[in-house]
Amino acid sequence: MTYSLNFAAVWRSFDLLLQGLALSLGLALVAILAGCVIGLITAFGLVSKSVVLRKPAGLYVTIIRNTPILVLVLFSYFALPELGVRLGKIESFVVTLAIYSGAYLAEVFRGGLIAIPPGQREAGLAIGLSEMQIRTSIIIPLMLRNVLPSLGSTMISLFKDTSLAAAIAVPELTFEARKINVETFRVIETWIVASCLYVATCSLLAALMRAVERRLAVPR
Amino acid sequence: MTNLLEIRDLHKRYGTVEVLKGVDCSMRQGEVISIIGSSGSGKTTMLRCINMLEEFQGGTISIDGQEIGYETVGGVRRRKPEREIARQRALTGMAFQQFNLFPHMTAAGNVMLGLVKVKKMSRDEARGLAEKWLDRVGLLSRKDHYPGQLSGGQQQRVAIARAIAMNPKLMLFDEVTSALDPELVNEVLQVIKGLAEDGMSMLIVTHEMRFAYEVSSRVIFMNQGRIGEEGDPREMFLKPKTERLAEFLKTSTFN
Repeated sequence: MTYSLNFAAVWRSFDLLLQGLALSLGLALVAILAGCVIGLITAFGLVSKSVVLRKPAGLYVTIIRNTPILVLVLFSYFALPELGVRLGKIESFVVTLAIYSGAYLAEVFRGGLIAIPPGQREAGLAIGLSEMQIRTSIIIPLMLRNVLPSLGSTMISLFKDTSLAAAIAVPELTFEARKINVETFRVIETWIVASCLYVATCSLLAALMRAVERRLAVPR
Repeated sequence: MTNLLEIRDLHKRYGTVEVLKGVDCSMRQGEVISIIGSSGSGKTTMLRCINMLEEFQGGTISIDGQEIGYETVGGVRRRKPEREIARQRALTGMAFQQFNLFPHMTAAGNVMLGLVKVKKMSRDEARGLAEKWLDRVGLLSRKDHYPGQLSGGQQQRVAIARAIAMNPKLMLFDEVTSALDPELVNEVLQVIKGLAEDGMSMLIVTHEMRFAYEVSSRVIFMNQGRIGEEGDPREMFLKPKTERLAEFLKTSTFN
Protein backbone atom coordinates (compact mmCIF):
# COMPACT_ATOMS: atom_id res chain seq x y z
CA MET A 1 0.00 0.00 0.00
CA THR A 2 1.87 2.99 -1.27
CA TYR A 3 -1.10 5.32 -1.84
CA SER A 4 -1.05 8.29 0.53
CA LEU A 5 -4.10 10.49 0.81
CA ASN A 6 -3.80 14.03 -0.44
CA PHE A 7 -6.98 16.05 -0.74
CA ALA A 8 -5.31 19.29 -1.85
CA ALA A 9 -5.81 18.58 -5.55
CA VAL A 10 -9.48 17.85 -5.00
CA TRP A 11 -10.02 21.01 -2.91
CA ARG A 12 -8.51 23.08 -5.73
CA SER A 13 -11.34 21.83 -7.97
CA PHE A 14 -13.96 21.84 -5.25
CA ASP A 15 -15.97 24.63 -6.88
CA LEU A 16 -16.33 22.42 -9.96
CA LEU A 17 -17.87 19.73 -7.75
CA LEU A 18 -20.23 22.29 -6.23
CA GLN A 19 -21.26 23.49 -9.68
CA GLY A 20 -21.88 19.86 -10.57
CA LEU A 21 -23.95 19.39 -7.44
CA ALA A 22 -25.99 22.49 -8.25
CA LEU A 23 -26.72 21.12 -11.71
CA SER A 24 -27.64 17.71 -10.22
CA LEU A 25 -30.12 19.41 -7.88
CA GLY A 26 -31.55 21.46 -10.74
CA LEU A 27 -32.00 18.39 -12.93
CA ALA A 28 -33.68 16.50 -10.10
CA LEU A 29 -35.94 19.40 -9.13
CA VAL A 30 -37.32 19.99 -12.62
CA ALA A 31 -37.62 16.27 -13.39
CA ILE A 32 -39.33 15.39 -10.09
CA LEU A 33 -41.78 18.31 -10.31
CA ALA A 34 -42.74 17.26 -13.83
CA GLY A 35 -42.75 13.65 -12.66
CA CYS A 36 -45.19 14.51 -9.85
CA VAL A 37 -47.64 15.96 -12.37
CA ILE A 38 -47.25 12.97 -14.70
CA GLY A 39 -47.44 10.59 -11.75
CA LEU A 40 -50.58 12.17 -10.31
CA ILE A 41 -52.45 12.01 -13.61
CA THR A 42 -51.24 8.46 -14.22
CA ALA A 43 -52.21 7.36 -10.70
CA PHE A 44 -55.80 8.54 -11.23
CA GLY A 45 -55.71 6.61 -14.52
CA LEU A 46 -54.49 3.48 -12.71
CA VAL A 47 -57.36 3.55 -10.20
CA SER A 48 -59.97 4.64 -12.76
CA LYS A 49 -63.04 2.51 -13.46
CA SER A 50 -62.60 3.22 -17.17
CA VAL A 51 -60.48 0.73 -19.14
CA VAL A 52 -59.63 3.45 -21.66
CA LEU A 53 -57.76 5.31 -18.90
CA ARG A 54 -56.52 2.33 -16.92
CA LYS A 55 -54.84 0.39 -19.74
CA PRO A 56 -52.61 3.16 -21.15
CA ALA A 57 -51.62 4.21 -17.63
CA GLY A 58 -50.70 0.62 -16.79
CA LEU A 59 -48.76 0.18 -20.01
CA TYR A 60 -46.74 3.34 -19.37
CA VAL A 61 -45.82 2.25 -15.85
CA THR A 62 -44.94 -1.28 -16.99
CA ILE A 63 -42.66 -0.19 -19.81
CA ILE A 64 -40.86 2.59 -17.98
CA ARG A 65 -40.45 0.83 -14.63
CA ASN A 66 -39.09 -2.32 -16.25
CA THR A 67 -36.43 -0.59 -18.30
CA PRO A 68 -33.15 0.38 -16.59
CA ILE A 69 -32.88 4.14 -16.35
CA LEU A 70 -29.42 4.08 -17.99
CA VAL A 71 -30.94 2.40 -21.04
CA LEU A 72 -33.67 5.05 -21.15
CA VAL A 73 -31.07 7.84 -20.90
CA LEU A 74 -28.95 6.37 -23.69
CA PHE A 75 -32.00 5.68 -25.84
CA SER A 76 -33.27 9.25 -25.52
CA TYR A 77 -29.94 10.81 -26.29
CA PHE A 78 -28.60 8.50 -28.99
CA ALA A 79 -31.60 6.76 -30.54
CA LEU A 80 -34.29 9.44 -30.53
CA PRO A 81 -32.32 11.84 -32.83
CA GLU A 82 -32.32 9.04 -35.41
CA LEU A 83 -36.12 9.11 -35.13
CA GLY A 84 -36.17 12.87 -35.60
CA VAL A 85 -36.38 13.97 -31.95
CA ARG A 86 -33.32 16.09 -31.31
CA LEU A 87 -32.78 17.47 -27.81
CA GLY A 88 -29.77 18.94 -26.05
CA LYS A 89 -27.94 16.80 -23.46
CA ILE A 90 -29.55 18.47 -20.47
CA GLU A 91 -33.03 18.66 -21.98
CA SER A 92 -32.86 15.05 -23.09
CA PHE A 93 -31.86 13.90 -19.60
CA VAL A 94 -34.45 16.00 -17.76
CA VAL A 95 -37.25 14.75 -20.00
CA THR A 96 -36.09 11.15 -19.53
CA LEU A 97 -35.84 11.46 -15.74
CA ALA A 98 -39.25 13.16 -15.63
CA ILE A 99 -40.87 10.30 -17.54
CA TYR A 100 -39.02 7.78 -15.38
CA SER A 101 -40.05 9.59 -12.15
CA GLY A 102 -43.61 9.77 -13.39
CA ALA A 103 -43.87 5.98 -13.55
CA TYR A 104 -42.44 5.47 -10.06
CA LEU A 105 -44.44 8.29 -8.50
CA ALA A 106 -47.62 7.00 -10.17
CA GLU A 107 -47.23 3.76 -8.23
CA VAL A 108 -46.46 5.66 -5.01
CA PHE A 109 -49.54 7.85 -5.50
CA ARG A 110 -51.71 4.87 -6.44
CA GLY A 111 -50.82 3.26 -3.12
CA GLY A 112 -51.87 6.45 -1.34
CA LEU A 113 -55.14 6.62 -3.27
CA ILE A 114 -56.33 3.08 -2.61
CA ALA A 115 -55.69 3.55 1.12
CA ILE A 116 -58.42 6.23 1.30
CA PRO A 117 -61.75 4.77 2.51
CA PRO A 118 -64.54 5.09 -0.11
CA GLY A 119 -66.64 6.84 2.54
CA GLN A 120 -64.54 9.97 2.04
CA ARG A 121 -65.68 10.32 -1.56
CA GLU A 122 -69.26 9.46 -0.62
CA ALA A 123 -69.31 12.11 2.10
CA GLY A 124 -68.11 14.62 -0.50
CA LEU A 125 -70.76 13.53 -2.99
CA ALA A 126 -73.45 13.69 -0.31
CA ILE A 127 -72.86 17.42 0.28
CA GLY A 128 -73.01 18.07 -3.45
CA LEU A 129 -69.30 18.33 -4.35
CA SER A 130 -68.28 17.43 -7.91
CA GLU A 131 -65.77 14.63 -8.53
CA MET A 132 -63.11 17.25 -9.31
CA GLN A 133 -63.82 19.19 -6.09
CA ILE A 134 -63.62 15.92 -4.15
CA ARG A 135 -60.25 15.21 -5.74
CA THR A 136 -58.75 18.61 -4.98
CA SER A 137 -60.23 19.16 -1.51
CA ILE A 138 -60.28 15.65 -0.08
CA ILE A 139 -58.60 12.89 -2.07
CA ILE A 140 -55.30 14.56 -3.05
CA PRO A 141 -54.64 16.10 0.41
CA LEU A 142 -55.28 12.73 2.08
CA MET A 143 -53.25 10.85 -0.54
CA LEU A 144 -50.26 13.18 -0.07
CA ARG A 145 -50.30 12.57 3.68
CA ASN A 146 -50.45 8.82 3.06
CA VAL A 147 -47.47 8.83 0.69
CA LEU A 148 -45.09 11.31 2.32
CA PRO A 149 -42.79 8.67 3.87
CA SER A 150 -42.37 6.73 0.62
CA LEU A 151 -42.37 9.91 -1.45
CA GLY A 152 -39.27 11.03 0.46
CA SER A 153 -37.32 7.91 -0.35
CA THR A 154 -38.46 7.94 -3.98
CA MET A 155 -37.24 11.52 -4.30
CA ILE A 156 -33.87 10.61 -2.84
CA SER A 157 -33.54 7.74 -5.31
CA LEU A 158 -34.44 10.02 -8.18
CA PHE A 159 -31.94 12.62 -7.05
CA LYS A 160 -29.19 9.99 -7.03
CA ASP A 161 -30.26 8.87 -10.49
CA THR A 162 -29.07 12.24 -11.83
CA SER A 163 -25.56 10.71 -11.63
CA LEU A 164 -26.47 8.71 -14.74
CA ALA A 165 -26.46 11.93 -16.73
CA ALA A 166 -22.65 11.55 -16.63
CA ALA A 167 -23.10 8.84 -19.26
CA ILE A 168 -24.09 11.46 -21.82
CA ALA A 169 -21.58 14.07 -20.54
CA VAL A 170 -24.00 16.32 -18.68
CA PRO A 171 -21.64 18.23 -16.34
CA GLU A 172 -23.38 17.22 -13.08
CA LEU A 173 -21.63 16.05 -9.91
CA THR A 174 -20.53 12.57 -11.02
CA PHE A 175 -19.30 13.85 -14.37
CA GLU A 176 -17.23 16.59 -12.70
CA ALA A 177 -15.83 14.10 -10.21
CA ARG A 178 -14.71 11.82 -12.99
CA LYS A 179 -13.07 14.73 -14.76
CA ILE A 180 -11.15 15.68 -11.61
CA ASN A 181 -10.20 12.06 -11.09
CA VAL A 182 -8.75 11.83 -14.58
CA GLU A 183 -6.93 15.16 -14.33
CA THR A 184 -5.45 14.71 -10.85
CA PHE A 185 -5.20 10.92 -10.48
CA ARG A 186 -6.48 11.40 -6.89
CA VAL A 187 -8.98 8.59 -7.39
CA ILE A 188 -9.82 7.77 -3.74
CA GLU A 189 -10.01 11.38 -2.57
CA THR A 190 -12.18 12.49 -5.47
CA TRP A 191 -14.76 9.78 -5.02
CA ILE A 192 -14.79 10.14 -1.23
CA VAL A 193 -15.54 13.86 -1.57
CA ALA A 194 -18.17 13.27 -4.26
CA SER A 195 -19.83 10.57 -2.14
CA CYS A 196 -19.87 12.88 0.88
CA LEU A 197 -21.60 15.54 -1.20
CA TYR A 198 -24.29 13.03 -2.24
CA VAL A 199 -24.77 11.79 1.33
CA ALA A 200 -25.01 15.32 2.72
CA THR A 201 -27.52 16.41 0.08
CA CYS A 202 -29.68 13.31 0.50
CA SER A 203 -29.67 13.68 4.30
CA LEU A 204 -30.80 17.25 3.89
CA LEU A 205 -33.57 16.14 1.54
CA ALA A 206 -34.66 13.47 4.02
CA ALA A 207 -34.74 15.99 6.87
CA LEU A 208 -36.76 18.36 4.71
CA MET A 209 -39.31 15.66 3.91
CA ARG A 210 -39.57 14.75 7.60
CA ALA A 211 -40.31 18.38 8.39
CA VAL A 212 -43.04 18.45 5.74
CA GLU A 213 -44.45 15.22 7.16
CA ARG A 214 -44.60 16.70 10.66
CA ARG A 215 -46.10 19.91 9.34
CA LEU A 216 -48.91 18.14 7.50
CA ALA A 217 -49.57 15.47 10.12
CA VAL A 218 -53.24 15.28 11.07
CA PRO A 219 -53.54 16.02 14.81
CA ARG A 220 -55.03 13.25 16.88
CA MET B 1 -99.52 19.63 -2.95
CA THR B 2 -96.69 17.39 -4.15
CA ASN B 3 -95.07 15.06 -1.70
CA LEU B 4 -91.56 15.84 -0.53
CA LEU B 5 -90.38 12.37 -1.50
CA GLU B 6 -92.05 10.03 -3.94
CA ILE B 7 -90.53 6.62 -4.66
CA ARG B 8 -92.26 4.49 -7.28
CA ASP B 9 -91.50 0.88 -8.11
CA LEU B 10 -87.80 1.21 -7.22
CA HIS B 11 -85.67 -1.65 -8.52
CA LYS B 12 -81.98 -2.10 -7.79
CA ARG B 13 -79.66 -4.92 -8.80
CA TYR B 14 -76.05 -5.70 -7.99
CA GLY B 15 -75.17 -7.81 -11.03
CA THR B 16 -77.82 -10.50 -11.03
CA VAL B 17 -78.78 -10.09 -7.38
CA GLU B 18 -81.90 -8.00 -7.00
CA VAL B 19 -81.76 -6.12 -3.70
CA LEU B 20 -84.76 -3.81 -4.19
CA LYS B 21 -87.73 -5.50 -5.83
CA GLY B 22 -90.18 -2.67 -6.34
CA VAL B 23 -90.35 -0.23 -3.46
CA ASP B 24 -93.08 2.41 -3.28
CA CYS B 25 -93.02 5.12 -0.66
CA SER B 26 -94.19 8.66 -0.31
CA MET B 27 -93.34 11.14 2.36
CA ARG B 28 -94.72 14.54 3.25
CA GLN B 29 -92.80 17.59 4.38
CA GLY B 30 -91.96 17.32 8.09
CA GLU B 31 -92.43 13.58 8.41
CA VAL B 32 -89.95 11.45 10.34
CA ILE B 33 -89.84 7.93 8.99
CA SER B 34 -87.78 5.14 10.49
CA ILE B 35 -86.79 2.24 8.29
CA ILE B 36 -86.23 -1.00 10.14
CA GLY B 37 -85.50 -4.54 9.02
CA SER B 38 -82.83 -7.19 9.22
CA SER B 39 -79.48 -6.72 7.50
CA GLY B 40 -79.68 -7.39 3.79
CA SER B 41 -83.30 -6.31 3.61
CA GLY B 42 -82.38 -3.34 1.43
CA LYS B 43 -82.98 -0.47 3.81
CA THR B 44 -79.53 1.15 3.47
CA THR B 45 -79.54 0.56 -0.29
CA MET B 46 -82.88 2.34 -0.59
CA LEU B 47 -81.51 5.31 1.34
CA ARG B 48 -78.39 5.44 -0.85
CA CYS B 49 -80.50 5.44 -4.03
CA ILE B 50 -82.24 8.61 -2.90
CA ASN B 51 -78.99 10.59 -3.11
CA MET B 52 -77.58 8.58 -6.02
CA LEU B 53 -74.74 7.02 -4.07
CA GLU B 54 -76.19 3.89 -5.67
CA GLU B 55 -77.45 3.62 -9.22
CA PHE B 56 -80.85 2.02 -9.69
CA GLN B 57 -82.16 0.22 -12.72
CA GLY B 58 -85.89 0.74 -12.49
CA GLY B 59 -88.53 3.01 -11.03
CA THR B 60 -88.38 6.68 -10.12
CA ILE B 61 -87.45 8.76 -7.12
CA SER B 62 -88.67 12.35 -6.95
CA ILE B 63 -87.94 15.06 -4.45
CA ASP B 64 -90.31 18.04 -4.54
CA GLY B 65 -91.52 16.83 -7.90
CA GLN B 66 -88.09 16.63 -9.57
CA GLU B 67 -86.92 13.26 -10.74
CA ILE B 68 -83.64 12.21 -9.19
CA GLY B 69 -80.72 10.84 -11.17
CA TYR B 70 -82.37 9.73 -14.36
CA GLU B 71 -84.40 11.20 -17.17
CA THR B 72 -86.29 9.56 -19.99
CA VAL B 73 -85.69 11.16 -23.35
CA GLY B 74 -87.47 9.70 -26.37
CA GLY B 75 -88.30 6.56 -24.45
CA VAL B 76 -84.69 5.99 -23.40
CA ARG B 77 -83.84 6.16 -19.72
CA ARG B 78 -80.46 7.73 -19.06
CA ARG B 79 -78.39 9.11 -16.23
CA LYS B 80 -78.64 12.87 -15.83
CA PRO B 81 -75.48 14.97 -16.31
CA GLU B 82 -73.15 14.75 -13.31
CA ARG B 83 -73.49 18.46 -12.57
CA GLU B 84 -77.26 18.07 -12.30
CA ILE B 85 -76.84 14.98 -10.08
CA ALA B 86 -74.47 16.88 -7.78
CA ARG B 87 -77.06 19.67 -7.49
CA GLN B 88 -79.79 17.14 -6.71
CA ARG B 89 -77.65 15.44 -4.08
CA ALA B 90 -77.55 18.74 -2.21
CA LEU B 91 -81.36 18.53 -1.83
CA THR B 92 -80.66 15.85 0.75
CA GLY B 93 -78.16 15.59 3.56
CA MET B 94 -76.72 12.30 4.73
CA ALA B 95 -75.12 11.04 7.92
CA PHE B 96 -73.18 7.79 7.65
CA GLN B 97 -72.58 4.84 9.93
CA GLN B 98 -68.83 5.51 9.86
CA PHE B 99 -69.24 9.33 10.17
CA ASN B 100 -66.87 9.88 7.20
CA LEU B 101 -65.56 13.19 8.48
CA PHE B 102 -62.64 14.59 6.51
CA PRO B 103 -59.72 13.79 8.85
CA HIS B 104 -57.46 16.60 7.59
CA MET B 105 -59.98 19.33 8.41
CA THR B 106 -61.14 20.69 11.75
CA ALA B 107 -64.75 20.26 12.86
CA ALA B 108 -65.52 23.75 11.55
CA GLY B 109 -63.58 23.02 8.35
CA ASN B 110 -65.69 19.94 7.74
CA VAL B 111 -68.91 21.91 8.03
CA MET B 112 -67.57 24.80 5.95
CA LEU B 113 -66.35 22.79 2.95
CA GLY B 114 -69.74 22.32 1.29
CA LEU B 115 -70.84 25.86 2.16
CA VAL B 116 -67.80 27.34 0.43
CA LYS B 117 -67.47 24.92 -2.51
CA VAL B 118 -71.12 24.15 -3.26
CA LYS B 119 -73.05 27.11 -1.85
CA LYS B 120 -70.25 29.51 -2.86
CA MET B 121 -70.39 31.35 0.47
CA SER B 122 -67.52 33.54 1.59
CA ARG B 123 -65.32 31.88 4.20
CA ASP B 124 -66.53 34.31 6.89
CA GLU B 125 -70.17 33.62 6.13
CA ALA B 126 -69.51 29.88 6.05
CA ARG B 127 -67.62 30.03 9.35
CA GLY B 128 -70.53 31.83 10.99
CA LEU B 129 -72.99 29.20 9.82
CA ALA B 130 -70.64 26.35 10.77
CA GLU B 131 -70.33 27.75 14.28
CA LYS B 132 -74.09 28.12 14.55
CA TRP B 133 -74.64 24.45 13.68
CA LEU B 134 -71.75 23.17 15.78
CA ASP B 135 -73.29 25.06 18.67
CA ARG B 136 -76.61 23.45 17.88
CA VAL B 137 -75.08 19.94 18.22
CA GLY B 138 -73.29 21.06 21.39
CA LEU B 139 -69.77 21.16 19.96
CA LEU B 140 -68.93 24.81 19.46
CA SER B 141 -66.06 24.45 21.93
CA ARG B 142 -64.61 21.69 19.72
CA LYS B 143 -64.73 23.63 16.46
CA ASP B 144 -60.96 23.70 16.03
CA HIS B 145 -60.50 20.04 16.91
CA TYR B 146 -59.71 17.47 14.24
CA PRO B 147 -61.88 14.36 13.89
CA GLY B 148 -59.07 12.25 15.35
CA GLN B 149 -59.30 14.30 18.54
CA LEU B 150 -63.03 13.72 18.99
CA SER B 151 -65.00 10.77 20.38
CA GLY B 152 -67.21 8.75 18.06
CA GLY B 153 -70.34 10.45 19.32
CA GLN B 154 -68.78 13.88 18.84
CA GLN B 155 -67.65 12.96 15.32
CA GLN B 156 -71.14 11.84 14.41
CA ARG B 157 -72.61 15.09 15.75
CA VAL B 158 -70.14 17.08 13.63
CA ALA B 159 -71.12 14.94 10.63
CA ILE B 160 -74.79 15.74 11.25
CA ALA B 161 -73.95 19.46 11.55
CA ARG B 162 -72.03 19.20 8.26
CA ALA B 163 -75.10 17.77 6.52
CA ILE B 164 -77.69 20.06 8.13
CA ALA B 165 -75.68 23.23 7.47
CA MET B 166 -76.25 22.68 3.75
CA ASN B 167 -79.96 23.29 4.43
CA PRO B 168 -81.27 20.07 2.86
CA LYS B 169 -84.96 19.44 2.30
CA LEU B 170 -84.58 15.90 3.59
CA MET B 171 -82.09 14.30 5.97
CA LEU B 172 -81.00 10.71 5.47
CA PHE B 173 -79.56 8.86 8.48
CA ASP B 174 -77.83 5.58 7.70
CA GLU B 175 -77.44 3.56 10.92
CA VAL B 176 -75.74 6.53 12.53
CA THR B 177 -75.36 4.93 15.95
CA SER B 178 -74.28 1.43 14.88
CA ALA B 179 -70.56 2.16 15.08
CA LEU B 180 -70.78 3.90 18.45
CA ASP B 181 -69.99 2.64 21.92
CA PRO B 182 -73.28 2.21 23.81
CA GLU B 183 -72.64 5.15 26.14
CA LEU B 184 -72.23 7.50 23.13
CA VAL B 185 -75.44 6.52 21.35
CA ASN B 186 -77.72 8.76 23.33
CA GLU B 187 -75.99 12.07 22.60
CA VAL B 188 -76.44 11.42 18.87
CA LEU B 189 -80.06 10.36 19.22
CA GLN B 190 -80.78 13.52 21.24
CA VAL B 191 -79.47 15.65 18.37
CA ILE B 192 -81.73 13.81 15.90
CA LYS B 193 -84.70 14.19 18.22
CA GLY B 194 -84.06 17.91 18.40
CA LEU B 195 -84.10 18.13 14.60
CA ALA B 196 -87.37 16.18 14.50
CA GLU B 197 -88.91 18.67 16.92
CA ASP B 198 -87.83 21.49 14.58
CA GLY B 199 -89.85 19.90 11.80
CA MET B 200 -86.93 18.53 9.75
CA SER B 201 -88.01 15.83 7.29
CA MET B 202 -86.01 12.71 8.02
CA LEU B 203 -85.57 9.15 6.83
CA ILE B 204 -83.81 7.14 9.49
CA VAL B 205 -82.38 3.67 8.92
CA THR B 206 -81.85 2.32 12.40
CA HIS B 207 -81.53 -0.68 14.67
CA GLU B 208 -82.55 1.39 17.70
CA MET B 209 -86.12 0.19 18.10
CA ARG B 210 -86.91 2.30 21.15
CA PHE B 211 -85.71 5.38 19.30
CA ALA B 212 -87.70 4.51 16.15
CA TYR B 213 -90.74 4.05 18.36
CA GLU B 214 -90.33 7.40 20.07
CA VAL B 215 -89.22 9.71 17.29
CA SER B 216 -91.02 8.48 14.16
CA SER B 217 -94.33 9.57 12.74
CA ARG B 218 -94.24 6.43 10.62
CA VAL B 219 -92.20 3.23 10.48
CA ILE B 220 -91.32 1.21 7.40
CA PHE B 221 -90.35 -2.43 7.82
CA MET B 222 -88.21 -3.66 4.93
CA ASN B 223 -88.15 -7.34 4.16
CA GLN B 224 -86.22 -9.01 1.32
CA GLY B 225 -86.12 -5.95 -0.93
CA ARG B 226 -89.73 -4.93 -0.43
CA ILE B 227 -91.71 -2.94 2.11
CA GLY B 228 -93.06 -5.63 4.40
CA GLU B 229 -95.27 -3.42 6.48
CA GLU B 230 -95.62 0.25 7.28
CA GLY B 231 -97.63 2.42 9.56
CA ASP B 232 -97.91 4.13 12.91
CA PRO B 233 -95.05 3.09 15.22
CA ARG B 234 -97.32 2.27 18.14
CA GLU B 235 -99.48 -0.06 16.11
CA MET B 236 -96.55 -1.67 14.34
CA PHE B 237 -94.49 -2.41 17.41
CA LEU B 238 -97.41 -3.49 19.57
CA LYS B 239 -99.62 -5.23 17.02
CA PRO B 240 -97.53 -6.29 14.00
CA LYS B 241 -99.80 -7.40 11.16
CA THR B 242 -97.35 -9.68 9.42
CA GLU B 243 -95.59 -12.78 10.67
CA ARG B 244 -92.29 -11.40 9.34
CA LEU B 245 -92.41 -8.23 11.38
CA ALA B 246 -93.47 -10.13 14.49
CA GLU B 247 -90.45 -12.43 14.00
CA PHE B 248 -88.13 -9.48 13.44
CA LEU B 249 -89.32 -7.62 16.51
CA LYS B 250 -88.88 -10.74 18.61
CA THR B 251 -85.20 -10.95 17.65
CA SER B 252 -84.48 -7.24 18.15
CA THR B 253 -83.83 -5.70 21.49
CA PHE B 254 -86.21 -2.96 22.48
CA ASN B 255 -84.24 -0.82 24.85
